[in-house]
Amino acid sequence: MNTTEKALRYNDKEYIRPPHGFCPGCGVALGLRYFLKAIGGKVVLVTPPGCSAPSISFPKPSLFTDDKLIDVIHCPFGSAAIFAGGIKTALEARGDYETQVVAWAGDGATFDIGFGAVSAAAQRNDDIIYVCYDNEAYMNTGNQQSGSTPSGAQTTTSVPHGMDYKDKDLIWIMMGHDVPYAATATIAYPDDLMAKAKKAKGIKGFRLFHILTPCVAGWRYPPNLTVKLSRLAVQTRVFPLLELEDGDHLTVFKKGKGKPVQEYIELQGRFKNMHPDNVAKLQEKVDKRWSKLCRISDWWTSET
Amino acid sequence: MIKVITGNDAAAYGALLSRPDVVCAYPITPQSQIPELLAKFHAQGILHGKFVNVESEMAALGYVTGAAVGGVRVFTATSSQGLAWMHEGLHWAAGARLPIVLVNVNRPLGAPWNLTCDQIDSLSQRDTGWIQLYCESNQEILDTVIQSYKLSESISLPVMVCLDGVYLSYLSETVDIPEQKIVDGYLPGFDPSFKIEGGGWKCYDVFPPEENAHSGDFMGDRYALHKRESNVLKTAVKCNEEFEALFGRGYPLVEEYLLDDAEVVLVVSGSVVGTAREVVDRMRESGHSVGMLKIKMFRPFPRTVLKNILNGKRKIAVIERDISPGQCGIFFQELKWALSGIENPPTMFGFVSGLGGADITPNLIRKAILHVEESDSGSENVIWLGLSKRMSADEYDGKSITIQ
Repeated sequence: MNTTEKALRYNDKEYIRPPHGFCPGCGVALGLRYFLKAIGGKVVLVTPPGCSAPSISFPKPSLFTDDKLIDVIHCPFGSAAIFAGGIKTALEARGDYETQVVAWAGDGATFDIGFGAVSAAAQRNDDIIYVCYDNEAYMNTGNQQSGSTPSGAQTTTSVPHGMDYKDKDLIWIMMGHDVPYAATATIAYPDDLMAKAKKAKGIKGFRLFHILTPCVAGWRYPPNLTVKLSRLAVQTRVFPLLELEDGDHLTVFKKGKGKPVQEYIELQGRFKNMHPDNVAKLQEKVDKRWSKLCRISDWWTSET
Repeated sequence: MIKVITGNDAAAYGALLSRPDVVCAYPITPQSQIPELLAKFHAQGILHGKFVNVESEMAALGYVTGAAVGGVRVFTATSSQGLAWMHEGLHWAAGARLPIVLVNVNRPLGAPWNLTCDQIDSLSQRDTGWIQLYCESNQEILDTVIQSYKLSESISLPVMVCLDGVYLSYLSETVDIPEQKIVDGYLPGFDPSFKIEGGGWKCYDVFPPEENAHSGDFMGDRYALHKRESNVLKTAVKCNEEFEALFGRGYPLVEEYLLDDAEVVLVVSGSVVGTAREVVDRMRESGHSVGMLKIKMFRPFPRTVLKNILNGKRKIAVIERDISPGQCGIFFQELKWALSGIENPPTMFGFVSGLGGADITPNLIRKAILHVEESDSGSENVIWLGLSKRMSADEYDGKSITIQ
C-alpha cells in the first residue's frame, strides 16, 4: 500500500461525487477531496467565484458527504475570508464551537481581490481555515493573469512573453501576520496535505493553506500529468512544501537534491515562449528563495 | 430617560437597545461616532454582542452578512463612499433575503470631496432590494432602528435606516431613550426560521432555502423578491402600530401634514421635513394654502398610498437633496411615475436643493412655494433652488430654472 492509499484510508467517506463541473484532470477536485477527507465532521464551506463554486454547484450540488455534514455558501469574489469570519462568529454566538468554517478560494480571490480580507482575517485571528487553491491564473474565466501567475507563464492577458511582474509569496506574507498556522501543500502528496489539514483542525485561530492545483487547460499539458507536475513543482523547489506554526516556526520539507526547473516548465505549454535567459533567471530566483526559506527554518531550529 | 444627543448617538442607542449579536465597525465622516459609541457601550459591558473592527465597508457588510447567514442579529453603519464600497454586498444581502440593519448617514460622493449632506448615496442604491427608511429627527432615528429589526426579521430582508449627515448626525436634540425592558417587549430575541449549521447538506445562496434560486430560475427568484413588496408595506405598518401602542409615538411610511385643503403640496424627506413643517405653519398664518407630505419609506416605494393621498391635489412641489445628472431629482422621478395614470394629474415641480450640505433655509422653501403658486404649468426641468450666486441664472426654453 502506498502513502496515498494509506492517507485516504483515514476517512472512508467521499465528499465530492459526479456529476461535478471540474475538468478532467483538474487539480482542484483532488485537493478538495483530500482536504475534506482530512477535516471530516461538520463543515460550512464558503466559496467565492472561481473554479470551485460553479463546479460543485452546477448542474446541481455535488459536494455531498455520506454523513451529510457539509453546507456550501457562495459569496462575492473578494469576500470569502469575510463571510467565513462572520459565519464563525454567528455559530459561536449560538454556542456551536464544533463546526469548522472553511473558506475555499482560488488564487485570484486570495492574491488579488480578496487580499485585504485575508490579511484582516489573519490579523483578527478569526477562527477559520482559509484555503487558497492555486491554479496560478483566473482559470474559471479562461486563464487571465492573477497575482499568483508565475513569472514567464503565458496567460490570455500576459502574451506573448508571459507574466513579467514580480512574484508574491503568500506564506511569507502570513509570516508577517504571526498566524497560528499556515502551510503549503500539493495534490502529489496527499499524506502530507491530509496530515497538515488534520493538524490545522486542532488549532484555534486563523489557519491558511496554500495548495498548488495544476490546471490542464491553463497550464497546457495532458490531463494525465496533473499529479506528476505537482510533484515536480515540489522537487524543483518551485513550490516548496512548507509549514508555519506560531507565526515563525517554519519547517521546510527538504527531501532530495532539487531538480532543475527546466524539468517542470518544459512539460507545460504556458512556458513555451520563455527565453532560455529567463529560464536561467527563474532558476536563480527559485534557488534564492529556497535558501532564504531554509535559513529561516534553520534559524528557528537553532533558537529553540 | 430623556437625553440631549446627536443623531449618530441616537442611532447607536437604537442599536444597543436592539441587542445585536454582532456589530461591525468601520469609520467614515460623518458616521464615525456611531461605531465609537457602540465600542464604548461594549467596553462598559452593556453591549453584549461581539464588536468587530473590520478593514473596509465591504468587509463590514460582508461580515454581518456572514453572521446573518449564521442566524444572529447584526448591525453596521456607514455613509457615502462607504455605502458605494458596499454596493456589491448590498445586492448580495438583499438577494439572499438576510435580515440586516444598516444605518447610512447621508453624504454625497466625490469628486469633488464633500463631507456634509446629500441623499444621493443611498438613493443610488435604490435598486439593490434593500428597504430604505429616511428619518426626520434624532428621536425618529432611534425609534426607526428598533422598528427596523422587527421589520427586517419579520420579512427576512435587509433594512437601511438613512439620516442626513451633519444636520442630524452632528446636531443634538432631545431624545427619549426607552427602557431596555420595554424594547425587549417590542423586539424579542432573534430566532430565524433557518440558520446554517454545517449539517444541511446543501448549497445555499438564498435563505430560507425554500427560496433558493439554484434551480437556475433567476427570473423566478427576482419575481419572488419583487412580489414581497406588498407584504413589506403591510408588515412595516404593523411594526409601527405595535411600536406606537407601546411607546406612544410612531412614524407612518408617508405622513400627511395639513394636506386636506392644501392647494400646494410640498413633498420632502429627511431632515428638511422639520424646516418644511415650520414654513407650512407660517405661510398658512398669512393665508397660503399649503401642506406637506413626508416620505419616510422610499423602498419599496409606497406608490398606492401616495397615489391615494395626492389624487385630486392641484400642485405638487418636490424639494430634495439629490440630483441624477441629466435627468432630475430621484424622489421627483419616482413620484411622477407613481402618479401617472391619474385623471387630471397634479401639476408637478421638481426642486433640487441643499446639495453637498447647502442649507435649505425657510426662506428658500418659501420662495419655492411662491414660485409654484405663481406658475400654472409645471416644470419639465429641474428647478435649482438656492443655487450659489456666482452661478448665472440660466434660462431653458424661456423658463427660469434657478431660484437663488
